[in-house]
Amino acid sequence: MLSALRATEPAKYVIYVGFLAIFALFAVALRDSGFLTTANLLNIIQQTTSVTVMAVATVFVLTVGEIDLSIGSVVAIAALVAAVTMREFPWPLGVLAGLAAGVAIGFVNGALVAYVRLPSFLVTLATMGLLAGVARSLTNLQSVPVEDDVFNALFGSAALLGIPSLVLWSVAAVGIGHFVFRETRFGAHVHATGDNAGAARAGGVKVERIRLACLVVSSTCAALAGLLYAGRLHGARYTLGETDLLTVIAAVIVGGTRLSGGAGSVPGALIGSLLMGMLNNGLILMGLSVSDQMIVRGFIILAAVALTLRDRTR
Amino acid sequence: MPAAAQRPEHSQPPVLALEGIHKTFGGVVALQSFDLEIEAGEVVALVGDNGAGKSTVVKIIAGMLHPTSGRLRLDGADITFADPSESQARGIQVVYQDLALADGQPVYMNMFLGRERVIGPLRRLDRRGMIAETAELVQALDVRIPSVRARVRDLSGGQRQGVAIARATHWARKLVLMDEPTAALGVAETARVEANIRSLKERNLAILLISHSLDQVFRLSDRICVLRRGVQVGVRRTNATSNNEIVSMITGLS
Ligand SMILES: Nc1ncnc2c1ncn2[C@@H]1O[C@H](COP(=O)(O)OP(=O)(O)OP(=O)(O)O)[C@@H](O)[C@H]1O
Ligand SMILES: [Mg+2]
Repeated sequence: MLSALRATEPAKYVIYVGFLAIFALFAVALRDSGFLTTANLLNIIQQTTSVTVMAVATVFVLTVGEIDLSIGSVVAIAALVAAVTMREFPWPLGVLAGLAAGVAIGFVNGALVAYVRLPSFLVTLATMGLLAGVARSLTNLQSVPVEDDVFNALFGSAALLGIPSLVLWSVAAVGIGHFVFRETRFGAHVHATGDNAGAARAGGVKVERIRLACLVVSSTCAALAGLLYAGRLHGARYTLGETDLLTVIAAVIVGGTRLSGGAGSVPGALIGSLLMGMLNNGLILMGLSVSDQMIVRGFIILAAVALTLRDRTR
Repeated sequence: MPAAAQRPEHSQPPVLALEGIHKTFGGVVALQSFDLEIEAGEVVALVGDNGAGKSTVVKIIAGMLHPTSGRLRLDGADITFADPSESQARGIQVVYQDLALADGQPVYMNMFLGRERVIGPLRRLDRRGMIAETAELVQALDVRIPSVRARVRDLSGGQRQGVAIARATHWARKLVLMDEPTAALGVAETARVEANIRSLKERNLAILLISHSLDQVFRLSDRICVLRRGVQVGVRRTNATSNNEIVSMITGLS
């Protein structure tokens, strides 16, 4: 049966099979350490919410044939901007300010890529560094507490009908993202542009607009991820999101999105993100040292990428 | 040399008129003072050796490239196409030499590329409708592909060409530009495409056909325009010229 699956669409199923295998492994190996408890599983989802939100947006960016390396820095900027705003103003303004920062950065990235025609790798590499500097100077390396209870509930600890709000944010991001990616004209144009920009243009698609839109979506989702960190941690700090870029890209690629554009999967990115969170959680529960965790995680990602990306036609 | 002066008296302006089109790429002159008119219901063939500038003409008309200088007129009115979406909106369709299909996407999505159909309040893609219509279309044009859900990458070169031609003929309302449409096709498929071109002509569309097969050009065209290294050597009525004359115009040898 496995060979039949492989013959059709290997990349699509490997991630799900791998996810279940590792899940089963942890469930058995860590049965006495509380891995399988509802609390722990919900905890994994809540800890990965920000990465999941960014992963959904990154599916769009990679599928359109670009990359956004600045998302980690946007997380910190948006969280800090929101936190600082909320010192003086009501929380909705803080949310708006944080998201607006994301939208604005996305427009700058997108305009440089789509209209000035600079490679997104270089543009966002530059803005990544630049924004990391801005995040540090914004509050002089100080962390900014967020004491607004409504904000901290909505973007952190609240629950609706017993479901934690961070889980709901994940579900919403994946649900909306999947719908837009698979079921709308915009999604179709993202696919076509990343697959063959010349053909898309010849077909009447405004490829520049599509590229711009993807980078704006990416930056805006990174800003939302920043708000979700600020809500969960009751504060913002320039280090937020610092290590997320690689996790997000690994999650998305392992989830079956092509680095070269033209194809992607939002549910795959969710599974990839949960896989990363589960690895963190499981390896900690196993009592591995931080350095051992990094090594094991690296090997597992490598194995997953090898299985997913092996090119059958070469 | 104003083209308008050469134009015979017609009650209707030509569907398309190109006047004094120049195109340079950096230092390379691809096209020099090119003039051409195409009437409704007319097949004009554009011939010339490799690199003569034929595809450049097509891309300029489609809005893929912008002329360095010169004018385009559609139904007598000056027009500039900022990009291909604007030429399509005016009923112009193109079969590009490099086919311009998105390889990783299914046939039906390529058929509707840029004009995807949506349904419902959420404006979902109407995949079922697009699949059904594409299936009907490829059947009607006798394009033999395994499935309209197949990805273009998994089709043969000739099947891809069939898809590109089906798409262009389906959406065209005014003018079809075909850049070597039968280059990858077998004998039977070529005959079907030629029949297809004749029926477009009967529907009173204007057609610009690029082909390296002079037999095909003589079978289908009303007029033949010859390009040599970016220079328009001449335009002949097909029934008033000969294979030999066209060949010597193409090569520059007599
Ligand atoms: N994008 C481009 N950049 C630079 N030069 C170009 C470009 N497109 C075409 N050219 C040049 O313009 C000239 C005409 O090219 P064109 O593609 O129009 O030829 P063609 O008549 O279609 O040839 P073929 O029969 O081989 O298809 C060639 O010398 C080509 O090298
Ligand atoms: Mg050509």
